[in-house]
Amino acid sequence: MLGYYLDLAARSLRRNKVLTGLMVLAIAVGIGASMTTLTVMHLLSGDPLPGRSQHIYYAQVDAYPTHKDDAEPMDMLDYQSAMDLWSARRADRQTLVVESPVKLSQPEAGTPPVMTTLLSVTPDFFPMFDVPFQYGAPWSEADESARARVAVISDDLNQKLFAGADSVGRTLRLRDSDVRIVGVLKPWRPSPQFYSVRGGRFADGDTADFYGKPEDVITPFASGLEINDGNFQQFTCWHLPERQGHLQNSPCVWLGLWVQLDAPAKVAGYRRFLADYAAQQMALGRFTHAGNTRLRSLMEWLDFNGVVPSDVRLQAWLALAFLLVCLFNTVGLLLAKFLRRSGEISVRRALGASRRDVFAQCLVEAGTIGLIGGIFGWLLTLVGLWLVRQQPVPYADLAHLDTRMFLVTFTAALGSSLLAGVLPALRACRVAPALQLKTL
Amino acid sequence: MDILPILSTLRRHKITAFLVIIEIALTCAIICNAVFIINQRIDRMNMQSGVDEHRLVYIELADIGASKDEKARTLEDLAALRQISGVEQVASINEIPFGNSSSNSGIKLDLKQRLSTLNATMYSGENLVKAMGTQLIEGRDLLPDEYMDFDQVVRAAAAKDAKQIPHVVVITQTMAQRLWPGQSALGKQLYISEYPLTVVGVVRELVRPSIWDDSAKSYSMIMPMREADGRYAILTRTPGDRERVLAAALAKLKEINPRRVVLKKVTLDDLRHDFFQNDRAMAGLLVGVCVALLIVTALGIVGLGSFWVAQRRRQIGVRRALGATRRNILNYFQTENFLLATIGIALGMLMAYGINLLLMVHYELPRMPAIYFPVGAVLLWIIGQLAVLGPALRAAAVPPVVATRSV
Repeated sequence: MLGYYLDLAARSLRRNKVLTGLMVLAIAVGIGASMTTLTVMHLLSGDPLPGRSQHIYYAQVDAYPTHKDDAEPMDMLDYQSAMDLWSARRADRQTLVVESPVKLSQPEAGTPPVMTTLLSVTPDFFPMFDVPFQYGAPWSEADESARARVAVISDDLNQKLFAGADSVGRTLRLRDSDVRIVGVLKPWRPSPQFYSVRGGRFADGDTADFYGKPEDVITPFASGLEINDGNFQQFTCWHLPERQGHLQNSPCVWLGLWVQLDAPAKVAGYRRFLADYAAQQMALGRFTHAGNTRLRSLMEWLDFNGVVPSDVRLQAWLALAFLLVCLFNTVGLLLAKFLRRSGEISVRRALGASRRDVFAQCLVEAGTIGLIGGIFGWLLTLVGLWLVRQQPVPYADLAHLDTRMFLVTFTAALGSSLLAGVLPALRACRVAPALQLKTL
Repeated sequence: MDILPILSTLRRHKITAFLVIIEIALTCAIICNAVFIINQRIDRMNMQSGVDEHRLVYIELADIGASKDEKARTLEDLAALRQISGVEQVASINEIPFGNSSSNSGIKLDLKQRLSTLNATMYSGENLVKAMGTQLIEGRDLLPDEYMDFDQVVRAAAAKDAKQIPHVVVITQTMAQRLWPGQSALGKQLYISEYPLTVVGVVRELVRPSIWDDSAKSYSMIMPMREADGRYAILTRTPGDRERVLAAALAKLKEINPRRVVLKKVTLDDLRHDFFQNDRAMAGLLVGVCVALLIVTALGIVGLGSFWVAQRRRQIGVRRALGATRRNILNYFQTENFLLATIGIALGMLMAYGINLLLMVHYELPRMPAIYFPVGAVLLWIIGQLAVLGPALRAAAVPPVVATRSV
């Protein structure tokens, strides 16, 4: 029966090419626009660490003296608090995170020095965030405490400097220090670059920068502080620091602390630990208030920072509204098409087809339009994503259609055309055969 | 033209009429808001910077090194830059409009305040006002003997030595009016941290380097501090000099110290272009959506109009046979479309207003000015009339003889 309906649908669609074309175009354009923006939304609002994110937490205490307990704590930690919390080792894993601008050169290659961003972390960073290695391995705890001059570099940088060869053991110059490469990453592109997300609430929706590429050079935390001393940037300060860019024991917050907590009991335990720490610091007179601690999970932290840029959200709503207009358009055109064939439908009804049969036939026709519209919509989505990739936004290189969104495209096209077909089909199957037959 | 027969016909085609109305309403609502957002973005892109943009170039170098001769080297750089022909003014500064990197501070009017009155950016650098071509409208520029070295000020602040901290400041007109509405700001005092600063001059405009909140875009101060951070503003004599001066300046600076990394070498026009690229992209996208929407809506009206005409061929024939002219038939369809469009537009206005309210809450957009409503209405009326013209002409061409066939 389906085959017969498909045949009928094909014949009917071929009969009025302009009307068919208009319907296919409406569905295709609507689907193309909404799938482009939804794909971008999907890529930007996804989980950067699927399967692990529920165990990753961002710890905050509040050393800011003029704050009260009712304010949000600062987005980052001061040096003293960060070091105390990190070295207590109360979580399953923990890492400190800090970025700083640094001059990078490679003495052997003789290329001119470039400015890049240096990421300095503690060794847990790599297993905690599932960072994939191409060559070598992270530095050891011993290297960390010895402030060893070692580094892990990105695949991008390895391609650029060493043409993708195993560069473990080679040397880079960071500012005035030589560091030995101990590991090279595989291509790694978390979206967003979650470990350095902060301050989103002050960005007024302009958060595209959270989707940049990970840093090219990663050094041990303590080594980084020494190598690049004087170039560190505060999140904020409550007094001017004594020496710019040197923030140890300064009245500034500038460090991030991520912890991995594998069981709910441990999460509760860590929350208690943070509260106790704040209370103890208040007793010591270093904090002015103690009730202001936070332990947000990774996804909660991303939500709190509103990481999806407001322009992207606005575009998604706009595209959905556009799809809605296209759907109303299709409903109207389908209605016109079906009612125009009242005579034909009446003949089928008079020959014994039930209303259900007529309804099914109309929906098959609507579905066929949806499918063709889906194919064109998919092509338009590819064009749309290509356009996004040409935009000067940090997430441009992420804009590709994955299998899931590919399937969603067709489901959406088929679903929306069937939805658009229901009303016209209902009208068509209520055609009174006797009246129509008389006018034939 | 008699409207009543049209209404009674429409009543018999409720669904089709409803679809046309809803489509026009949605289009109207979306387009009003989209055009509003486009205009907001265009206004933003045309933002006044307060500096002489067409003559200004900016160079940023990294890592002169925290060496002791940093200041001497800056003086050497400045002297060399002044030598280049076509250069009018130079300054070593800390930040530049549209540069996206800024230092900001809370401003208080009274030391007892717990919260700042506003947050303003701090421009500094000797000769900055002249080198940026910023226009002073009240008071005076900062004097040479008022300048202090930035790193000394930082050290003095850490040591709480108020003597080594600047005590005069130049602010923008917008900031002056926000702090002291209706009064002259000259001689008034404001506080950064616990240090008082007296306003000695007011500039017409100086936009901040990074703008989160458009209403605070002009809250800028110029501090009497010397900078040695490798950031140079160069004012050329004419816009035509810019490219040549930029190239010559880079060559000079490289000659003085070849180990420096050039981070930025741009004209202010380029800097502005980059600064607003997201706004430009968004405005472009919205224009595209509006055009696509109008096309889809027009095509929908064409499709439904054709269907209606085909369905009513016989009635049209009868009317023609009974004496209606072609013009009567044409007018009939045009009026019908006008009625549907009017209802759709009315509904669309309500929706546009609702969407605007939503956007005001979620995206901090201002209220849409009333002018958008009549303009949107006229646009959709025109589109509707253009779209229905084809089917209506086809209807008018139906010959009366159709009435005699197969009735």
